[in-house]
Amino acid sequence: MTPGQRRWIFLAAIAALGAFYLWGLAGLPGFGNYPGPYGNIINRIAVAQTNATGVVSTVNFEYRGFDTVGEEFILFVAATGVAVVLRHLRDERERKPGGGRDDATDEGRSVPATSGAVRMVALIMTGPTVVMGWWLASHAQTSPSGGFQGGAVLATGFMLIYLAGQFLAFERVSPTDVTDAVEAIGAGGFAAVGLTAVAMGLPYLSNFLGLGAVPGAVSSSGTIALISFFVGLEVGAAFILIVSELLDQTLLIRQGSQ
Amino acid sequence: MQILPFVVVVWILAVGLYGVVTSRHLVHLIVCLIVVQSSTYVLLLGVGYKTGAVAPYFFDIPNHTPAVDPVVQALALTDVVVEAAVTALLLAIAIQAHKRFGTLDPQELVELRG
Repeated sequence: MTPGQRRWIFLAAIAALGAFYLWGLAGLPGFGNYPGPYGNIINRIAVAQTNATGVVSTVNFEYRGFDTVGEEFILFVAATGVAVVLRHLRDERERKPGGGRDDATDEGRSVPATSGAVRMVALIMTGPTVVMGWWLASHAQTSPSGGFQGGAVLATGFMLIYLAGQFLAFERVSPTDVTDAVEAIGAGGFAAVGLTAVAMGLPYLSNFLGLGAVPGAVSSSGTIALISFFVGLEVGAAFILIVSELLDQTLLIRQGSQ
Repeated sequence: MQILPFVVVVWILAVGLYGVVTSRHLVHLIVCLIVVQSSTYVLLLGVGYKTGAVAPYFFDIPNHTPAVDPVVQALALTDVVVEAAVTALLLAIAIQAHKRFGTLDPQELVELRG
């Protein structure tokens, strides 16, 4: 099939899809007229039921908690998948980590030296980014944050160390074994919170901890905060693993034996 | 206009799919797939929007303030995480495809295999 033919077939198909879509749209309530009722009900009862003021996190870690376990394991399996797909092929070897990132040159490819400005900004930002990641992962119950966002920001903190030109330092502060273990603790912890409820004779992922006295306090909302913390660990570790696998491909692995 | 956000959804979907169909580079194709998936964010948030409603966070507002649907927002969050995971996996596969076949052009990859 030539690219021209492919394009015409696509345009015909998308025109048909668009027509169906617009037809379906005619039966939907317009933008801004949310029909409910589930969102409205949850908004009304969530704070009273869980003492958490961030209803999106409450939906994720409480009402839809079981779905979120599955979602977390999607990320877990994807990180594993990246590691499996990028395993060393037979004719590959790992470069001796010699002089750091600026040294990563061969086969006519060279990594340009990191500029002083980038290095400076990355180093300044690392600390605050890690702190912000933890803050987000531990405030799911009160504000628009949570384990998923916090974990991603946390991983960014580690990426900044790489951006500061220190690939080896990046490997040192996040050794693969430790990151693997943290990821497993994060994923296993979430499942364990659910199983603890079962052991106490409650349904899976029931909120078995005290809800705290006041809605909106960091210590309120019981298992929501705990699950968010575990999700933060898992997401942060998974992203660090994925990125370091991809970086290994560029910086460490070379073709040919010796 | 009341249906404009939903028209934007199908527009993002269409341009993303167009990129996928005509792509000559696997990384470009993966980015196009991200564009396709972005349409679902707009759809989810558009479906849950209520005119004049606030975000569903009751930290400093009364409990009965009209707020937008938190369920679709939680789904959008799920969507983002899954997209990140899928993208990482696809990029890893693209790296291996380049190693094995020496090209990232999907149309040449087909020829190599056939």
